[in-house]
Amino acid sequence: MWSTSLARASISLRSNTTKTCFGYSKIHRDTCLQLHSSASAMAALVIAETDPTRSQLQGSSLAAITATSQMIAKEEPQDNEIHLLMAGFSSDSEAVKKAKGIQQISKIYVVPSPNEATEKLFKYGVAEWMAPCIQYLQDKYKFSHIVAGASTFGKNIMPRVAASLEVSQISDITGVEGSDVFIRPIYAGNALSKVKCTDPVKVVTVRGTAFEKAVLKEAQNLPVEELSFTPETNASKCVKWLSEEVSQSERPDLTSARVVISGGRGLKSADNFKILEALADKLGAAIGASRAAVDAGFCPNEMQVGQTGKAVAPELYIAVGISGAIQHLAGMKDSKVIVAINKDPDAPIFQVADYGLVADLFEAVPEMTKLLDQNAKTAVHS
Amino acid sequence: MKVLVTVKRVVDYAVKVRVKPDGSGVDLSNVKMSMNPFCEIAVEEAVRLKESKVASEVIVASVGPSQSSEQIRTALAMGADRGIHVEVEQELPPSVVSRALKFIVLKEKPSLVILGKQAIDDDCNQTGQMLAQILDWPQGTFVSKVKVEGEKVQVTREVDRGLETLELRLPAIITCDLRLNEPRYATLPNIMKAKKKPVEKLGLKDLNCDPLHGIQTLSVFEPHKRQGGNKVESVAELIDKLRNEAKVI
Repeated sequence: MWSTSLARASISLRSNTTKTCFGYSKIHRDTCLQLHSSASAMAALVIAETDPTRSQLQGSSLAAITATSQMIAKEEPQDNEIHLLMAGFSSDSEAVKKAKGIQQISKIYVVPSPNEATEKLFKYGVAEWMAPCIQYLQDKYKFSHIVAGASTFGKNIMPRVAASLEVSQISDITGVEGSDVFIRPIYAGNALSKVKCTDPVKVVTVRGTAFEKAVLKEAQNLPVEELSFTPETNASKCVKWLSEEVSQSERPDLTSARVVISGGRGLKSADNFKILEALADKLGAAIGASRAAVDAGFCPNEMQVGQTGKAVAPELYIAVGISGAIQHLAGMKDSKVIVAINKDPDAPIFQVADYGLVADLFEAVPEMTKLLDQNAKTAVHS
Repeated sequence: MKVLVTVKRVVDYAVKVRVKPDGSGVDLSNVKMSMNPFCEIAVEEAVRLKESKVASEVIVASVGPSQSSEQIRTALAMGADRGIHVEVEQELPPSVVSRALKFIVLKEKPSLVILGKQAIDDDCNQTGQMLAQILDWPQGTFVSKVKVEGEKVQVTREVDRGLETLELRLPAIITCDLRLNEPRYATLPNIMKAKKKPVEKLGLKDLNCDPLHGIQTLSVFEPHKRQGGNKVESVAELIDKLRNEAKVI
């Protein structure tokens, strides 16, 4: 289906194999030839993203597992297994032990790394390393679906995986209608598109807030297959992971918090974000921001909620000093309850807010913090 | 070195689109169209690389309908040197666009290809990554800082955890995030000059690229409408409602 390329010159020599069956090195090709004929039952593969500092599966991966179980629900029983790839981990690592507690998973693949540098390339989701690794697994086991969370990790890797398998990729799905039919938002969430994927393997990323997270229970006795893999592509040799800058926060993770308080341009300065923090403390909330607030330097970009930032769907979303541009609404309008505090009664945010308060945020937010404080005290006394 | 930058014609970011009643798509008749905002950032970055003498030539490419020539002209007015327009009749997914771009890359041999991180219409966020894979080049996605040093480029990426820095050996693919730069406005003299810059027209056939792909759009529909618009009079009332009516605090 795809046009010729230099790297693919040898495909015609192996025309008896399926078209997705070509690894980057000769060794992989041979393995793939042998295993192809024996594999009949199919499974789906979920690419695990773990927090590199906490050995813990990210919420977006747990939501991807739930979405995947919906995709394969109608398949034959022997086909509806979900396997999990944990690249950069060894079988006895803490992260793998924890992942064994996910009941929907039947098997875990690990790719331990010989040194720290390659471990980082896998754990931080460097696409030039992850994509050939996933392609290698696909050649070996022929999964029906390859799924990841639509986090920056999944968005970075999965189109590369799809291109390597010569298939399409479906981004950021919010609904599963069948094993090959998905719902995804387009035009900043102003329309929903129902798409059918006709490719032999479905490469999909999943919006984390649209699916329940798979629950971690007591660890099961799951098979863990260890793979030794080093990509031999040009791209993999041309990339080095250097460093990261992470903003430290005691607050809950923005994409999984039960309550989110977001500030916009109306806060006027970075210092003023402190009044949101006091309220967030009372409610156990995460703090988000509009693009205007991020661009003005009030807060770092990873706090941005919207079409091009993070999508959130908490039980309670409080928008403070945010007008409600299309791009911001795209990231929060699936929240259960939306509160808007804005002094402009005509701000578009009020059209989606369940409770709108037209007031000066510099008075309303501290008052809200204070009242919650008093109420809490009364509750303790009574 | 040569830099290739890509642009897409999309509905203007400020337009609130409507879904067609027959569910076949969104209604784009008489709607303002513009260059995808992320593509503007890509063009700006390419032009800056030329101004700082890192790039010798900036080529702008677009795969789109005949009217996409307007967006190519805009990029030329911003400072790109020449254009390549792959004219296509239907809207194509990233898997096809990336294959078309691959042939342009093989023809022009740029050291760096800069794309936007996503188009604001299909919201796919795929083309740059797919192009990088089929060229077997390294990729720097969601980039907010680019530093070219000889045969290497250091990119700072906007990731969920914060920022991350990678080093890529050229040739490489970069996709831009919003905070990479602030695109300039084209001045009138530059718009006039842009009219004289060459634009090559090609079709998918010239690129030996077929438009087949594995995605069928079954229908497009309106998302669930929220019943908002209720106002409260005071902070006390707000807290009371959140606690006793919505029961979320």
